[in-house]
Amino acid sequence: MSVSDVKIQVDKVYKIFGNRPDDALAELRAGAQKAEVLQSTGCVVGLKDIDFSIHRGETFVIMGLSGSGKSTLIRHFNRLIEPTAGRILVDGRNIMEMNAKELIAFRRTGISMVFQRFGLLPHQTVLENTICGPILQGVNRREAVALGMEQLELVGLKGFENRFPRQLSGGMQQRVGLARALATQADVLLMDEAFSALDPLIKSDMQEQLKDIQARLKKTIIFITHDLDEALHLGDRIAILKDGELRQVGTGEEILFRPADDYVERFVRKVDLSRALYAHEAFTRIPVLTQAEATPERSAALLGEHPGVIVARDGASRLLARGASGEAVPVASIDANAALGQCFAPLAAQNAILVTEGGTAIGMLTREMAFKALARAARPA
Amino acid sequence: MADNFPEFIDTRGLRFAIDDGFSWVVAHYGDTFERMLLPLLKLLSALESFLQWLPWYVTIAVIAALTYSAARSLKATGGAVAMLVFIGALGLWNDAMATIALMLAATAVAVVIGIPLGIVMARSDWLRSIALPLLDVMQTLPIFVYLIPFVMLFGPGKIPAILATVFFAIPPVIRLTDLGIRQVDGEVVEAIVAFGATPRQKLLKVQIPLALPTIMAGVNQTTMMALSMVVIASMIGAGGLGYQVLQGIQRLEVSRGLIAGIAIVFLAVIFDRIAQSYGRRAQKHLASGE
Repeated sequence: MSVSDVKIQVDKVYKIFGNRPDDALAELRAGAQKAEVLQSTGCVVGLKDIDFSIHRGETFVIMGLSGSGKSTLIRHFNRLIEPTAGRILVDGRNIMEMNAKELIAFRRTGISMVFQRFGLLPHQTVLENTICGPILQGVNRREAVALGMEQLELVGLKGFENRFPRQLSGGMQQRVGLARALATQADVLLMDEAFSALDPLIKSDMQEQLKDIQARLKKTIIFITHDLDEALHLGDRIAILKDGELRQVGTGEEILFRPADDYVERFVRKVDLSRALYAHEAFTRIPVLTQAEATPERSAALLGEHPGVIVARDGASRLLARGASGEAVPVASIDANAALGQCFAPLAAQNAILVTEGGTAIGMLTREMAFKALARAARPA
Repeated sequence: MADNFPEFIDTRGLRFAIDDGFSWVVAHYGDTFERMLLPLLKLLSALESFLQWLPWYVTIAVIAALTYSAARSLKATGGAVAMLVFIGALGLWNDAMATIALMLAATAVAVVIGIPLGIVMARSDWLRSIALPLLDVMQTLPIFVYLIPFVMLFGPGKIPAILATVFFAIPPVIRLTDLGIRQVDGEVVEAIVAFGATPRQKLLKVQIPLALPTIMAGVNQTTMMALSMVVIASMIGAGGLGYQVLQGIQRLEVSRGLIAGIAIVFLAVIFDRIAQSYGRRAQKHLASGE
């Protein structure tokens, strides 16, 4: 990886909470354990010797349980929290050396943030919230409004611009938070457990939306989560943090199949592949025919190329699978966004089921397809 | 008879020192203080003359409009009008206007000083730990105790009356400004800072607007405390409804005291309703965002 690909460099960052940080730091560097430091100086070690780099345009997930220091760490990137020691370089520039004015300019244009409980201004409308970044930058109001409307459309909130945050659901509020962060047009996006407060369905919608947006905008995203499935789903690379120390940095595959130590191994052992994979990652798209079109000759011809054919009759869909004799039969169906695990029960009863998208049947899923998808995911890298 | 408490120090020396010291301040700086506070006196006198010059029906109309715009209730507005007419009918109109002038001037001064103090206090835990016990003392010290130095400095009149009223009424607005700002959701404040707000923008765009319902509750309490001071302030020359009560005591006229007392209660009800409704509307605005 060449040097120019590094967007953010975290260089030996320490954070110590308490009244005697210098003493605690000296002891830590001399090799003392956190418990010993707490005993002798009364200081709590928040982060210890954090060292890694983040590439331009990647989604970097920092993953840890509560108390691991992940929320402390993410607040170092825009200096909401100051480190006790160490440097953070953004585009080669040490942000710790910025004075108050430079820091404010950096926060306005270089980096933006999405918060766990949204952090929206309750007394301002969705649009006002969205354009708060550009307004602080000094962009004139007309331009800011145009920019804000564009972002709101991007996150699917067009028409809600004059509502107030309390009038929206949690998922919609977080989309406002996302639109607000995007409106500053900063390259770096910090997301502090951005989806953790949302219910599971909304959460997976938001994850897909973030992936879509990221595919278009290519920001450098630092995403904090305590949810390993989310980390694996979103992250190009993942850092595992425990008790303020970095345990492993790597791609999802590396973390899953080459865990660096016992802690990471115990962590990933719990990953349920049937929940980390979705029906749309396993199924096969097949043709749809109406009852009139489904002549035996036509069906047979299509079955030569496809594992099955969907026959729509009286608003219901039936499946004609290859090798099954004669008639199309009604079978169970499941949404393409369902986890693979949810397909197991119907697949236990039938060899093949229909996969729907928005209520319309688009393909089929067999026991073999489901099994192969699991095998693909579980294959060591 | 039980033993007296032993006299192990002679407090006379101390008391003489305090009294002499204060007399020295009065002798040397009394005029300076009085000159400094002249604008305050002028403000109060102008407000009083203005309210007394204003035709009664205009005053009633203005207060009715204020009540309606705050409470959006015809019942509350009608009540306010009826109470004001009652005060006028009892021949207490000019006294009531003098009382309103004192209350408004004292509240204005308390708000102008108290809100910035509350803001500063919210920024520093250290300052807060000093200010809170001081505010406790101000609120529990009997009012008469601080009337003495004010009267010594300025002589009986309107200046000591308004100063004593401000001193007595200011703690709630300071306390509740501090509390309101401290209660603002930390993540909202963090968010605006993360987007590059300066400390001033943070204060004006987030902290004060979100603390406003609490600050308004403080202003309301300050208004009520200022009104409750009028009887005592009349003892040192404030005039108004409080003076009627004082005369009632001196002449042992139950009717005079009772009628002026009722007029004070009516003013309290009117202004409390206006201030509270404004506070509630600020809160509603936050809750559903209308």
